[in-house]
Amino acid sequence: MKLIIAVIKPDRLDYVKEELYKADVNLITVSEVLGHGRQMGITEVYRGVKEMGNLLRKIRLEIAVNEDFVEPTVRAIIKGARTGEIGDGKIFVLDLGECIRIRTGEKGNIAIG
Amino acid sequence: MIKVIRGFVAAVSLIITSFAAFAQESAASSVSAGDTAWMLISTALVMLMTIPGLALFYGGLVRKKNTLSIFMQCFILMCVMSLLWVVAGYSLSFSPSNSFIGNMKWAFLNGVGAEPYADYAGTIPHSLFMLFQMMFAVITPALIIGAFAERMKFTGFLTFMVLWSFLVYFPVCHWVWAIGGWLRQMGALDFAGGTVVHINAGIAALVAAIVLGKRKGYNNKSTPPHNLPFTVIGAALLWFGWFGFNAGSALSANGLAVNAFMVTHIAAASAGLSWAIIEWIIVGKPTILGTATGAVAGLVAITPAAGFVNAASAIAIGLLVSVFCYIAVAYIKPFFGYDDSLDAFGVHGIGGIWGAIATGIFATKSVNPAGADGLLYGNPKLLLIQIAAVAITLIYSGILSFVILKIVRSFVGVRASEKDEAFGLDLSEHHEGAYTMLE
Repeated sequence: MKLIIAVIKPDRLDYVKEELYKADVNLITVSEVLGHGRQMGITEVYRGVKEMGNLLRKIRLEIAVNEDFVEPTVRAIIKGARTGEIGDGKIFVLDLGECIRIRTGEKGNIAIG
Repeated sequence: MIKVIRGFVAAVSLIITSFAAFAQESAASSVSAGDTAWMLISTALVMLMTIPGLALFYGGLVRKKNTLSIFMQCFILMCVMSLLWVVAGYSLSFSPSNSFIGNMKWAFLNGVGAEPYADYAGTIPHSLFMLFQMMFAVITPALIIGAFAERMKFTGFLTFMVLWSFLVYFPVCHWVWAIGGWLRQMGALDFAGGTVVHINAGIAALVAAIVLGKRKGYNNKSTPPHNLPFTVIGAALLWFGWFGFNAGSALSANGLAVNAFMVTHIAAASAGLSWAIIEWIIVGKPTILGTATGAVAGLVAITPAAGFVNAASAIAIGLLVSVFCYIAVAYIKPFFGYDDSLDAFGVHGIGGIWGAIATGIFATKSVNPAGADGLLYGNPKLLLIQIAAVAITLIYSGILSFVILKIVRSFVGVRASEKDEAFGLDLSEHHEGAYTMLE
């Protein structure tokens, strides 16, 4: 079992979701986050005062999958999120220790799908 | 530098004192205190319609990254159009000269003072009539914003608006409302601006939506509004301000103003209810966005008719406008696939066209002897005149708006870059954001 965490551009979310559905990945958690990488943020100005390096809005996806779904999921995220520009984001793949479905108490691989 | 500032200050004080002297000279006796008080209030009410009324109405409908761009566009139009009106707009729109456009004799409000100008409004100062009309010149271009929301470059926006005012608003305003204007002489009725304001802006909006193209990722579905309470407050402020817009168009605190006030309210109420019922039947639940949109459509439709129709007609006009506008936004727009993002054409264009035609059907001299009888009162000719006025406005404003947008696109550009659109216009065009996620 793996936990896939991806940070993407907000306006790519729709495309990523579309690609994930195509890859038969339907279980996804989405949150709005702030951050920046090499893009180094943006400039904002309030009453003449410039603020540099402000954090950018990003979308964070969390998807828990069984081993054979790791590659398709990663490929779908890349396909949906890539624009080729700096700031497209990153994907992290982590080992997942346990997964429990609250409703039934099922554990492990069966609880993920 | 200091010399320049001193010179400027001297010039400004000279202008102010000469205005003051002028005002004292002509404290006219024909001015009615009651009419003047009502028209001052009405003018302020119409101002409220653009900011914050329309700004909130539209601002709530966009995605949150574009909220401020809508507010800014509405706000800057209040600044820019007010000044244009003073410098040349009022004179070009209202000074009697030929039947197509005014001349420059009232430029910089020269000769527009406390003395009433009886051909327009005999009981209020001429300058008050000018101010009331100024607020119309502000809100009309602001209505178009809904069509190109979330994707227009700010420089292109400003250039388009200035050109549009000179080439479309001032002439059409002159045709319909000025002494000698040719649509006015033709006998077309437009009490408070159905043709000049709503059809004019509505068709320009449709053209703008088509010329600018769809928003990135637009898939014939509206993006979810980011703050519906904003939109509802905006619609309520529009409703409130519309009392000034329509009842103020009587230019006097009299029975005609009260009739306009009454039918305005009745039409808005009928249309809001009607839209809710349509949704209930078609999609299963009535929505507040639909109800608020319906009310605004009702206000649009009653605008040209407010001084010519009675309460029963207002109910019919209101109930039906929601049907037409609903068809326009729910079926026609997706069918053709144009991205009129906030339905400026669907509500103001379609609602305005229905209002102008409805005036030709329901107008009666029993409400306003200075008006005319419509189809239901035995005069089908008025309906034909109204349809002709609608068609002329659609054609003129449609073609000119298209040409202006093409010109602006070649010289300044109209569309924000793909990257700016993705970031949102708040950050890309104005370097500020409406909301923070972290303090």
